[in-house]
Amino acid sequence: MSGGLEDILSQVSAWRDQGERVALATVIATWGSSPRPVGSQMAVAESGRIIGSVSGGCVESAVAEAGLATLTNHRPQVLDYGVSNEKAWEIGLACGGRLTVFVEEVE
Amino acid sequence: MTPEIRAALLQAETDKRPLVLATRLPDGAQHILPSPDADAALNQVAARALETDRNETVEIGGTQWFLHVHNLPLRLFIIGAVHIAQAVVRLAEPLGIATIVIDPRPALATEERFPGIAMMQDWPDEALDLVALDARSAVIALTHDPKLDDPALDRALRSPAFYIGALGSRKSHATRLGRLAELGHAPDSLARIKGPVGLPISAVTAPEIALSILAELVSVRRGSTLTWVR
Repeated sequence: MSGGLEDILSQVSAWRDQGERVALATVIATWGSSPRPVGSQMAVAESGRIIGSVSGGCVESAVAEAGLATLTNHRPQVLDYGVSNEKAWEIGLACGGRLTVFVEEVE
Repeated sequence: MTPEIRAALLQAETDKRPLVLATRLPDGAQHILPSPDADAALNQVAARALETDRNETVEIGGTQWFLHVHNLPLRLFIIGAVHIAQAVVRLAEPLGIATIVIDPRPALATEERFPGIAMMQDWPDEALDLVALDARSAVIALTHDPKLDDPALDRALRSPAFYIGALGSRKSHATRLGRLAELGHAPDSLARIKGPVGLPISAVTAPEIALSILAELVSVRRGSTLTWVR
């Protein structure tokens, strides 16, 4: 019941073994009605493959873009999404929650 | 995440070793805890995170760390390799709950009936003595047979198991509590047993009963106020 992290990690490792470059996003904080608990993960590969989720659909595409940016500049990122954040509102976090996501490159 | 950290996480999973992955924010430096090389304060918060099974961001000496708990799966010990047990093991799997079926009756505890499921053919009390029930353990008695259910419930009540349940009507549960009381269990201890087991969703079929049991187990695990329905 700790959230399927192991499965994501196995998949990420399989992708890495296939020579894919992979970014990993982890929910590190939530407020209000965020649909996914802290610790939820999503991985995005350079080829566009995605596994897991961080929000139940609201911010996944933005997080995937951020992941690809991390693969380019090799810098981890801490991203905030919430209704108080104008940019996030445009992305569409309509559930009324707020979440923080950490994005890193998996070497 | 470095290749070393990734390999260590996968190895710990293979070894069934619980750990905490600590990530320093925002630069992403990572440690696997507990570790003799790590800061004492960091080891301390990691130990607490493992205990509470809670992922969180903490601040230590002005630095933010995200603690990601990699705990072992919860263990659900099922007394009785019966029809309902077959439904429970199937439904428990996607929930990330490890199931162990205990039944000394060779005709029921078979690989054919429980493919790929851990099984013990010992008497329930002897089996539960072997497995060291802890606070991440649950025990459900499904045999309807006091010879098998009672010794299991006796051992479960003497353990810190977080969920204990027994199948049977209110009437048979009342007589069961009487027998367990004779074994020396006090009323507040006996109150730990969920009987009849499962949330009252008017379940009829085996999968529905399995659903009601696992729903109650999850509600207890997550500290839901749903338990008021009892």
